[in-house]
Amino acid sequence: MSDQNTFLLDGEEIAFTPGQTIMQAARAAGKYIPHLCWHPEFKPHGSCKLCTVKVNGRFASACTTAAAAGLEVENRTAELDDKRRTMLQLLFIEGNHFCPSCEKSGNCLLQATAYELEMLTPHFDHFYPDRPVDASHPDVMLDFNRCILCSLCVQASELVDKKCVFVMGGRGMKGRKIIINSESGRLADTDFSVDDRAASICPVGVILKKRVGFAVPYGQRTYDKAPVSIVETEAAK
Amino acid sequence: MPFELETAPHPEKLKRVAIEPLSRVEGHGKVTILLDDDNHVQQVRLHIVEFRGFEKFIEGRPYWEVPVMVQRLCGICPVSHHLAASKAMDMVVGAKLTPTAEKVRRLMHYGQILQSHALHFFHLSSPDLLFGFDADVAKRNIVGVLAAYPEIAKKGVLLRKYGQEVIRLTAGKRVHGTGSIPGGVNKSLTAEERALLLKDIYQMVAWSREAVQLIKRLFEENLEFYNAFGRFTAHSMCLVRADGAMDLYHGGLRARRADGTTLFDHYDYSHYWDVITEDVKSWSYMKFPFFKALGSSEAGWYRVGPLTRVALCDFIPTPLADHERKEFLAFDDGRAAGATLGYHWARMIEMLHAAEAIKDLLHDDDIEGDELVTSGERRERGVGVIEAPRGTLIHHYRVDEHDQVIRANLIVSTTHNNQAMNEAIRVVARQYLDGHEITEGLLNHIEVAIRCFDPCLSCATHALGQMPLDVELLAADGTRLDRVVRDMRGLCHRE
Ligand code: SF4
Ligand code: FES
Repeated sequence: MSDQNTFLLDGEEIAFTPGQTIMQAARAAGKYIPHLCWHPEFKPHGSCKLCTVKVNGRFASACTTAAAAGLEVENRTAELDDKRRTMLQLLFIEGNHFCPSCEKSGNCLLQATAYELEMLTPHFDHFYPDRPVDASHPDVMLDFNRCILCSLCVQASELVDKKCVFVMGGRGMKGRKIIINSESGRLADTDFSVDDRAASICPVGVILKKRVGFAVPYGQRTYDKAPVSIVETEAAK
Repeated sequence: MPFELETAPHPEKLKRVAIEPLSRVEGHGKVTILLDDDNHVQQVRLHIVEFRGFEKFIEGRPYWEVPVMVQRLCGICPVSHHLAASKAMDMVVGAKLTPTAEKVRRLMHYGQILQSHALHFFHLSSPDLLFGFDADVAKRNIVGVLAAYPEIAKKGVLLRKYGQEVIRLTAGKRVHGTGSIPGGVNKSLTAEERALLLKDIYQMVAWSREAVQLIKRLFEENLEFYNAFGRFTAHSMCLVRADGAMDLYHGGLRARRADGTTLFDHYDYSHYWDVITEDVKSWSYMKFPFFKALGSSEAGWYRVGPLTRVALCDFIPTPLADHERKEFLAFDDGRAAGATLGYHWARMIEMLHAAEAIKDLLHDDDIEGDELVTSGERRERGVGVIEAPRGTLIHHYRVDEHDQVIRANLIVSTTHNNQAMNEAIRVVARQYLDGHEITEGLLNHIEVAIRCFDPCLSCATHALGQMPLDVELLAADGTRLDRVVRDMRGLCHRE
């Protein structure tokens, strides 16, 4: 090791500052580690496991594991990408993701990551969960069919907007879900606003500004121009 | 396996689907021929598995998603659904389109007409027409046409490709684009895209003219046969422009009775249900639309599509196609214009019109404009009607105050032509049914009759091989006299 504060990521030396996670240090160094529930503005939730890497031979989430000097981290290996692909497939079949008519298509982190990892089929049987749409709010629609339970909306609403509109509730496969923090359970009955940070945080197509779907043509959407691995590393610069 | 335990117990009751709706369509065209007591063909039933239930998938969805979503209804003319739904949603958002939006949408639509008509004529129909209905099945396909008439086949392929390019540049993708949105479009053309299309359009117009000459020549060579084949009279309907011109994108409804008198004209389609209603029959999933004023589906059924449009308009607003229209209507004292095989001729006249219309639009600077979307007073109901390649297409939605679709009704071209196809097959069966046996010749002629209407059924749109058919012959008391199933390779077996 040339420096105290470096670790190896797929054989490349990555510098970090103490307190950074492997994810943060990799990103700062322009390296892409696949992720869904992690967002640079928020504290890690560690739930999607897409960022799973091998740290000194053991599986660990890059978004929650602290960087440490001398670690040997495997990231884009065939073994890990295979596992990530399976995790993506599980996410696709757990919800109702119908990309062809989803307005988030081309701007969706889940879809872009599936392209990045060359997921070609859902592989498993679909669950077809019954998840209602909440269109009660005048400016924002919620389509929970696509929720991947990343909790980013929960954090954004609580920490940035100081509103706590979204809460993670329930247990188990069917029970766990985002709950709207109002007596009626409807978004219209909260003080949520389309200008809230939480209104634009969702990595998939759940929280959507109304009446603007499909206004951006093919070719101009976020991931039309470059795959997510490039978009992410560009954004970090 | 935990996966199995967690799978929803009744997935069929849930709303979302992950299958392509098209895969729900049976691969075979199923036909039942019913005889009367004297062993004459009494009735013919073409059994169609319709895209039933699609309306249910739309309910609950936000209105701006619908123009994209409905394209999944049909892999054959998705652009038509895209545009019909957009037109309905224009009404919902109270939009009056900008010139740029309307012209880009028209361009998309004419591109679709061009590619669909080229596909149907060259890939699906020309093998029958060029080689004869009874020709060897190994030869009777686009590959056979390529070998025997390479120039014709090549032009067909390139015409279709050009139409797909027009769609790609206006909708964003060759299939299932997103170009048209409520109140307008999400893109116009760049100067480069326009130049790309302009480069070849004159060639497309010229080849479309040749295609009209080709079908005209085939009519001349087999006059009696072409005029008589599957011939029947019917009421008819299509959209026309306010001045009576052919307009495939927008207009009022014109309906003419079989005797040539007008039933209604320039009818505002946003109240189509006052003039058209649908009947249900026990033996078919598909509905039977009819003119309300005529009382019943037996008396009030009608036909739609190219033949109707060319015959019903007062003129075609592009000169070459209008010239061909006049020739067609005058041909053989007007008999071709009432022939079932006349559908092919009319289709080629429309393809020429589409090519000319594309040419005119490409010379219009508005297609490069940047005023793409408008909106106005929000409304609850939206109706969009368009003349799709196969005929009148109706989309009708109600959208609640939360922007969700609460009701949808779609009447597709093939449904309008449901009874007309039964009639054509009945006539053909009368002409070609010999005794109590379903012969190869009968199957071939049924296939050609169905194909005239270019129905959007998977059995009718296989580009290679024969139309898979399942034909059953029933006596007056319901006993089965014969049943023959033919696959795509032309192999028949008797059940
Ligand atoms: S709604 Fe979106 S942001 Fe919130 S948990 Fe679900 S996927 Fe994440
Ligand atoms: S990104 Fe690390 S667990 Fe989701």
